[in-house]
Amino acid sequence: MSLSPEVLEPVPVADAAPVEKGVVGRSPGQLAWTRLRRDRTAMISGCTLLLLMLVALAAPLIEVLYGVGPHDEFKELLTRRGAIPLGYAGGVSADHWFGIEPGTGRDIFIRMVYGLRTSIFIALASALVTAGIGVTAGILAGYLGGWVDTVISWITDFALALPFLIFALAIMRPVEMRFYGPRDEVPVWFRVTVLIAIFAAFGWTSTARLVRGQVISLREREFIEAARASGAGLGHILFRQLLPNLWAPILVSFSLAVPAYVTGEAALSFLGIGIVDPTPDFGAMIFRSIAYLQTDPAYVFFPGITIFALVLAFNLFGDALRDALDPKSSR
Amino acid sequence: MSLLAVEGLTKHFPARGGVVRAVDGLDFTVRAGETLGLVGESGCGKTTTGRMLVRLLEPTGGRIVFEDRDITHLGGRAMRPLRQELQIIFQDPYASLNPRHTVGRIVAMPLTVNGIRPPGGVKKRVQELLELVGLNPEHYNRYPHEFSGGQRQRVGIARALALRPKLIVADEPVSALDVSIQAQVINLLRQLQRDLGLAFVFIAHDLAVVRHFCQRVAVMYLGRIVEIGERDEIYERPRHPYTRALLSAIPNVAKLGESEGRIRLSGDVPTPMNPPSGCRFRTRCWKAQDVCATEEPPLTGGVACHFPEGAS
Amino acid sequence: MARFLIKRLLSVSLTLFAVSVVSFLMFFALPKDPVTGMCPKNCNAERLERVRQELGLNDPKVEQYAAYMKGIFVGRDLGSAQGGKCEAPCLGYSYVNSEAVTDTLGRVLPVTLSIVIPAAILWLLLGVGLGMLSALRRGTLVDRLAIGFSLTGASMQLYFVGALLLLIFTYQLKIVPVPHYTSILDNPFDWASGLVLAWIALAFLFSAIYARLARAQMLETLSEDFVRTARAKGLAKRTVYGRHALRAAITPLVTIAGLDVGAALGGTVITETTFGIQGLGRTAVYAVRGGDLPMIMATVLIAAVFVVIANLVVDLLYAAIDPRVRLS
Repeated sequence: MSLSPEVLEPVPVADAAPVEKGVVGRSPGQLAWTRLRRDRTAMISGCTLLLLMLVALAAPLIEVLYGVGPHDEFKELLTRRGAIPLGYAGGVSADHWFGIEPGTGRDIFIRMVYGLRTSIFIALASALVTAGIGVTAGILAGYLGGWVDTVISWITDFALALPFLIFALAIMRPVEMRFYGPRDEVPVWFRVTVLIAIFAAFGWTSTARLVRGQVISLREREFIEAARASGAGLGHILFRQLLPNLWAPILVSFSLAVPAYVTGEAALSFLGIGIVDPTPDFGAMIFRSIAYLQTDPAYVFFPGITIFALVLAFNLFGDALRDALDPKSSR
Repeated sequence: MSLLAVEGLTKHFPARGGVVRAVDGLDFTVRAGETLGLVGESGCGKTTTGRMLVRLLEPTGGRIVFEDRDITHLGGRAMRPLRQELQIIFQDPYASLNPRHTVGRIVAMPLTVNGIRPPGGVKKRVQELLELVGLNPEHYNRYPHEFSGGQRQRVGIARALALRPKLIVADEPVSALDVSIQAQVINLLRQLQRDLGLAFVFIAHDLAVVRHFCQRVAVMYLGRIVEIGERDEIYERPRHPYTRALLSAIPNVAKLGESEGRIRLSGDVPTPMNPPSGCRFRTRCWKAQDVCATEEPPLTGGVACHFPEGAS
Repeated sequence: MARFLIKRLLSVSLTLFAVSVVSFLMFFALPKDPVTGMCPKNCNAERLERVRQELGLNDPKVEQYAAYMKGIFVGRDLGSAQGGKCEAPCLGYSYVNSEAVTDTLGRVLPVTLSIVIPAAILWLLLGVGLGMLSALRRGTLVDRLAIGFSLTGASMQLYFVGALLLLIFTYQLKIVPVPHYTSILDNPFDWASGLVLAWIALAFLFSAIYARLARAQMLETLSEDFVRTARAKGLAKRTVYGRHALRAAITPLVTIAGLDVGAALGGTVITETTFGIQGLGRTAVYAVRGGDLPMIMATVLIAAVFVVIANLVVDLLYAAIDPRVRLS
């Protein structure tokens, strides 16, 4: 190749841009949003989720419209012996859409509306805390490397060795005993806080691993070096340069963490460790229903199917989100 | 007065079973407004050198003096004002731009990071820069993925210019581009160099590009400079056998079909973990004598060779 | 290989040591007074103090931990109130059950193993088979059904599935007896019929995850060069898929399977609670409800041992299959 100066003198106008007209470009995020909107599964599951969340948010309003509260008891609708609901399918009627609970005579529908609230609140809060801790730890471990990485990776491996369910089960009681006496009433907010803390303590490691891997692959990219060469500080590199490139994995792990926490919270409550009666909760409801499987089989269905629908919608939406954010991955 | 002076610059990387001597004692200077080409095969340490000059890598030894200040081990805060004078253009136009930032934000980054508010605002300055490198200033809000390789490299150049530096290290700025685009980008750099009086350290393995762009050339082999001098001296009258071999490898249309003049080097480049004793090139040199194995030839008169061409 | 093994064993012991320290601190140091939970309800102040003495709760924490560890490795004397001499591995004495913790564990461990191991075999076969089938029949009705199955399974709650199974097979159709545990040595048929619902429930949930993974893995492997080369070479479809692709696709599943079995052994809490079978998990729940600290501590440790050993086995298997692992 020989380049003669005469030919090269004028600065040529930039080579033709392979883009449609329009001054504002479309960010990778906007492209993902477009893809998501075209995905039918994503739209259906997304709308279901929105609806369920709205129901959870509007629980007090629904209570007023429905006319029955979660703690109202309708003992007159139970059989005298065995306290089984009268009528068909666990006492389903115009006043009690999903029937009433055997034993206590409380309305199942309104308890589920409130149960949705407990479930979604705990799951979302846990997922947020998890993401916050996991992302910070992952970015630091990935970018700084060295002993920070060693320590964080070791904690991650260690947390994996702890059997989650048994550990969560076991830790709840000592924590309660630390703050309350053996005969004291433990308030609901305390249990909720401990649950969120337990989920966060166990959950952050997987997000941290994911983020760490991503950061390590981005760390050596030249745009990071360009920022360093311009005198950018650690904060700028971590949060302005790296973080925008991590939204995809963070969003995906967040959206898959939420259903896992819905399941986890229900499981702990099922075991009588998480949320306990009389606070409405799916896990606790299903646990109660097991005792009535023979006499009132309808009782298990409503909470069981609702929680299934909730988790399924989250899972489907999470999958769709992953596909939209990373078009190369296919289901 | 020289803008940049490098003395005995060394970079050793720890590695399994020893040390990689990537750069092993470099001496050179760059005057204000001058373009110095740094050429050599891949793995000879030229990219490492470039990274050290802009302090992305910490030198193991030696000194880097910029405008009479020793910047070799300057800390982050003290280095800041100097970073504005010393910028870098990268090889890969795809990895060097943050995919999640708009072009405007990318070019403005050096300004925001240093808290500089140019008269007329950041946006105006960025648009001036985009225009300067031959991009449409209206593309301010576009993302890197909407541009071609050549255009992306222009964005990288605009970013490097944002702080009005005195010296730019260009690390193979065109080798990732199509040949047809290479000429355009090189021309742009030439014009900027003239108009703004910029000094360049131009790292490349393509000797034709270097000849076109640089006033002086340094040839590197295994972490050392084997020959340095004015462009025409190097290209017309190479004195180091390695330089001759490199130059003979450039295809020349006029001499198509002639096999003589083409020097084929035998053997591979030795590992920088355990470089040969004495002259590092001796294992592949056709002129090597016993003295080459025992004594390392110093860089005198622009060449580091016991038996330079045209001396006998 | 020997060096790799030693390195792994060292890190395993380090992890277990850390688990024991963390759980010891949490369970014995966290409550205001561990004894109140540990002692039966008729405890008076004097007896509480004696228990405290015997448990050494007035000693420094480090000494308590050392005594606990000593019990595990060489055994120790717990005093007359706690059944006297406790042979190694001694995990303490449970006031709630009025017996040494190891005795309880010896009774419940076979139950948990009987639930998890057959279930694991079932879910691996079902999951991998289904995943392979749907990958090879990609886009067909079979594939869609398999995807639907795995999505359903992945979103189901074990206790809900369990309740449905109980309702259908035990209470309505009456073809399966109420879940219970009989030793396989006493009556293999009774053993199987008592646990079959638990196996099915676990297998349904877990195989769903495996079907998904196996399908993705198989699809990826099928598109790789070596498979296409093998096909182009003229090898029969069956040989290529069966021998080459299957092996490549199944290797990553080994890791997950190992971890899951480990986790399931430590986490059959829900299965056992749903079906009312008294295994390790349910023992843990009772221990927690009763504030039986030595028992809680022991179940956490045992469960951690399961997880860690499963990890180790997976690592060794991997190292045996893929020599590169040993180097890094």
